[in-house]
Amino acid sequence: MNNAGPLASPHTHQPISIGGIMLQVWLALLPASLFGIWLYGWPAFNLLLITTVAALAAEALGQRVAGRPVLPSLKDGSALLTGWLLAMTLPPWAPWWVAVIGALFAIIIGKQVFGGLGQNLFNPAMLGRVALLIAFPLELTTWVAPQPLFSANAPGFIDSLRITFAGVGTLPGGIDAVSGATVLDGIKTELARGAELGVVLPDYYHAGDALLGQMGGSLGETSALLILLGGLYLILRGHISWHIPAAMLGTVALLATLFHLHDPLRFADAGVHLLSGGLMLAAFFIATDPVGSPASRRGQLIFAAGIGALIYIIRTWGGFPEGVAFAVLLMNAATPLIDHYLRPRVYGRGRDGKPLDYQRGRFARRLKKQQGGE
Amino acid sequence: MKLFRFRGGVHPAEQKTTRQLPIRPLPLPERLYLPLQMHIGAPALPVVAVGERVLKGQLLARAPSAVSAPVHAPTSGIIEAIDEFTAPHPSGLPVRSIVLHCDGEDRWCENVIPIDPFRLEPSEIARRVGEAGIVGMGGAAFPAAVKLQLGDKNKIHTLIINGGECEPYLTCDDRLMQERPEAVIDGVRLMLRALQCHRALIAVEANKPEAQQVLKQAARDHAEISIVEVPSRYPMGSEKQMIQTVTGLEVPAGKLAADIGVMVHNVATSYAVNQALRHGRPLISRIVTVSGGALREPANLEVPLGTLAEALISHCGGFKEPPVRQLLGGPMMGTALPHLKVPIVKGSNGVLALSAAETGLTPYSQPCIRCGRCAQACPIGLLPMELAARARHGKLDAAIDLGLFDCIACGSCSYTCPAAIPLTQYFNFAKGELSRQREEQQKAERTRALAQARQIRLEREAEEKRLAAAQRKAEREAKKRAEAAAQQEHA
Repeated sequence: MNNAGPLASPHTHQPISIGGIMLQVWLALLPASLFGIWLYGWPAFNLLLITTVAALAAEALGQRVAGRPVLPSLKDGSALLTGWLLAMTLPPWAPWWVAVIGALFAIIIGKQVFGGLGQNLFNPAMLGRVALLIAFPLELTTWVAPQPLFSANAPGFIDSLRITFAGVGTLPGGIDAVSGATVLDGIKTELARGAELGVVLPDYYHAGDALLGQMGGSLGETSALLILLGGLYLILRGHISWHIPAAMLGTVALLATLFHLHDPLRFADAGVHLLSGGLMLAAFFIATDPVGSPASRRGQLIFAAGIGALIYIIRTWGGFPEGVAFAVLLMNAATPLIDHYLRPRVYGRGRDGKPLDYQRGRFARRLKKQQGGE
Repeated sequence: MKLFRFRGGVHPAEQKTTRQLPIRPLPLPERLYLPLQMHIGAPALPVVAVGERVLKGQLLARAPSAVSAPVHAPTSGIIEAIDEFTAPHPSGLPVRSIVLHCDGEDRWCENVIPIDPFRLEPSEIARRVGEAGIVGMGGAAFPAAVKLQLGDKNKIHTLIINGGECEPYLTCDDRLMQERPEAVIDGVRLMLRALQCHRALIAVEANKPEAQQVLKQAARDHAEISIVEVPSRYPMGSEKQMIQTVTGLEVPAGKLAADIGVMVHNVATSYAVNQALRHGRPLISRIVTVSGGALREPANLEVPLGTLAEALISHCGGFKEPPVRQLLGGPMMGTALPHLKVPIVKGSNGVLALSAAETGLTPYSQPCIRCGRCAQACPIGLLPMELAARARHGKLDAAIDLGLFDCIACGSCSYTCPAAIPLTQYFNFAKGELSRQREEQQKAERTRALAQARQIRLEREAEEKRLAAAQRKAEREAKKRAEAAAQQEHA
């Protein structure tokens, strides 16, 4: 008799696997990724490819050094997804070494030293991004204006290789291409200069463009609409629950609206915050990474609301124009604590873990009703 | 009626392909293998000898204590052996069994035609249920009479009859309700009488509308019995979850359902009660679903207890492909069989032969990604991933704190784990390990107590010896003194 797996019950299994889940997440990321490649051209494609390959190589290396099986770990798709997500949060024309260093840091320091898949405390992609931002601030804040593939100004494939491997400065007139600034950059700089938001905002922000993603920004973060579609797909397929995205976006929207109503000249409205930066991508694809987020639904709500609040605080009062990665990492650190305090109530026991005593409360009322034969 | 929701649960593919197949009797096999322990409790003691001719329904082995159940002859024949035989357990270890060589005449013993059972005392109903060898037929096999007698101590306000049948594939309870609703309802009324209880709720999952319909029809003159449709969700048929769904009450940790005035019995148990009290027939057969993708012709069969699983399989046309798993019971909580020479017992509701595609099992598991699906699926509210991590590292005390003994082993967590971690198996291992440790500790304590007793006895004996010696010495000296005094007097 051929026995697959242990002989203990249950003897049937839901058709679900880690690789399958990762594949679905990757599929949900594809529209926004392809849009990013189209919007920023071949250099963006190079960046995505290099980051992903570097992440896979780092995973293989880490597994091998640690004496863990290499092939199953590559097949589970987690390293591919980490690399892919990291690339989506990077400036689309970032040079190759940024991609490689970021991917190595994310996988080796962010995941492998903790013990591999499932053991890491922090989101590896976000850890990689923060390491890059601190080590290479110039490369991480050099944005390009949209120049869609095959459009007149777009670099050809050969030029893209020069941009990726030799730096954009080696192209004649290349520097001009990278003068774009993101919405959040613009707001921060103008407010620092003492400008009034209502006056300067139209120079940087158009709601329609922000929704579709027609603006400067990270490779895969600009199209709020496509990210939202991918996220909704994951929710409908049951791969993520609505709790984290809803709490995160809701908190940012709430805080933005309150402060905007308080002083519209200094605080941008909820629309600007929701459609800019990495918020949308993080809400559906990064904060929802199960490894660093709480297991209970209530815990997830607290976790995501915390991320949302931190993002708003960092964006509004912090030194950086964007705070998604920092916020996610800070709340990752709080996850074990949240999980510890928000355990579900066990059947037949009270919140204190003691057996139900039926002396008072809703169970006593229910018992009385049942005894009355209702 | 207002229903309550139990948390978690899963929706395995129902696979109830046999639900339209009427119950057919299985032809008598040549031999029956009746384990003396088909129930929870003490094994029954044989009252027949090898070579003895017995009739159908005759007592073969009696219950030695309250928590036990007697065994009766499923047909007439000759006792061929009383010996060790493979038990329906994954270990394949043997238990003492009575082997009955069937004579093919299927002749009943003198039936005591019972009087109208509703004129019996409640305790007498419970006694007869016990005498008929009836145990919980949903799989737990706990002696039914023991539960019915709890009505004396606890006021039972609600009797819940479990027609949930939430395990995939199984349709034996569904068919029983559809084909013999009057007998089921009559059994429910008898149990109400035994418990002196005035309300019975027959809970049937939403995927069995026909059964609900005919039961309602059969119960129309009995206001104390209502049929309740409960959602189809695994593990609805688990006692704790069924009580929660129907009454909103939870059995307190470490207590019995009877402590909160609720009792749950299976529909097949209720049918067995009817058969015993109305017709004087002890529990000697049961309905079994034979199904699975590897089987040629699935069926619902009425099977004499002690029939080997292989007889059921061959009656159903044998295998069309080699099965990956052969099970007694359902795929979620059933027992994997080492081979098919294993007898059907009182709690066996299904014999399944599953193909590889149906089990969907993978040969190795992956690391936990803390996705929390297990915690979402747990109907008890445990954190299986945390619990498994403790069990795996041998931190059994920590596992107890996390609710190891609240786990009902329903398998929902393992079923839904994307990393294919055998969570339920870890918990079963930890429970087994703890009971082994407890036994060892008890043994050590007994040894210590014995050693201590011996020490005390030795000391006492030494002390007694010393005292006796001292006394003897004193007596001797007294005697000497007396003699000396006497001599002096003489002198």
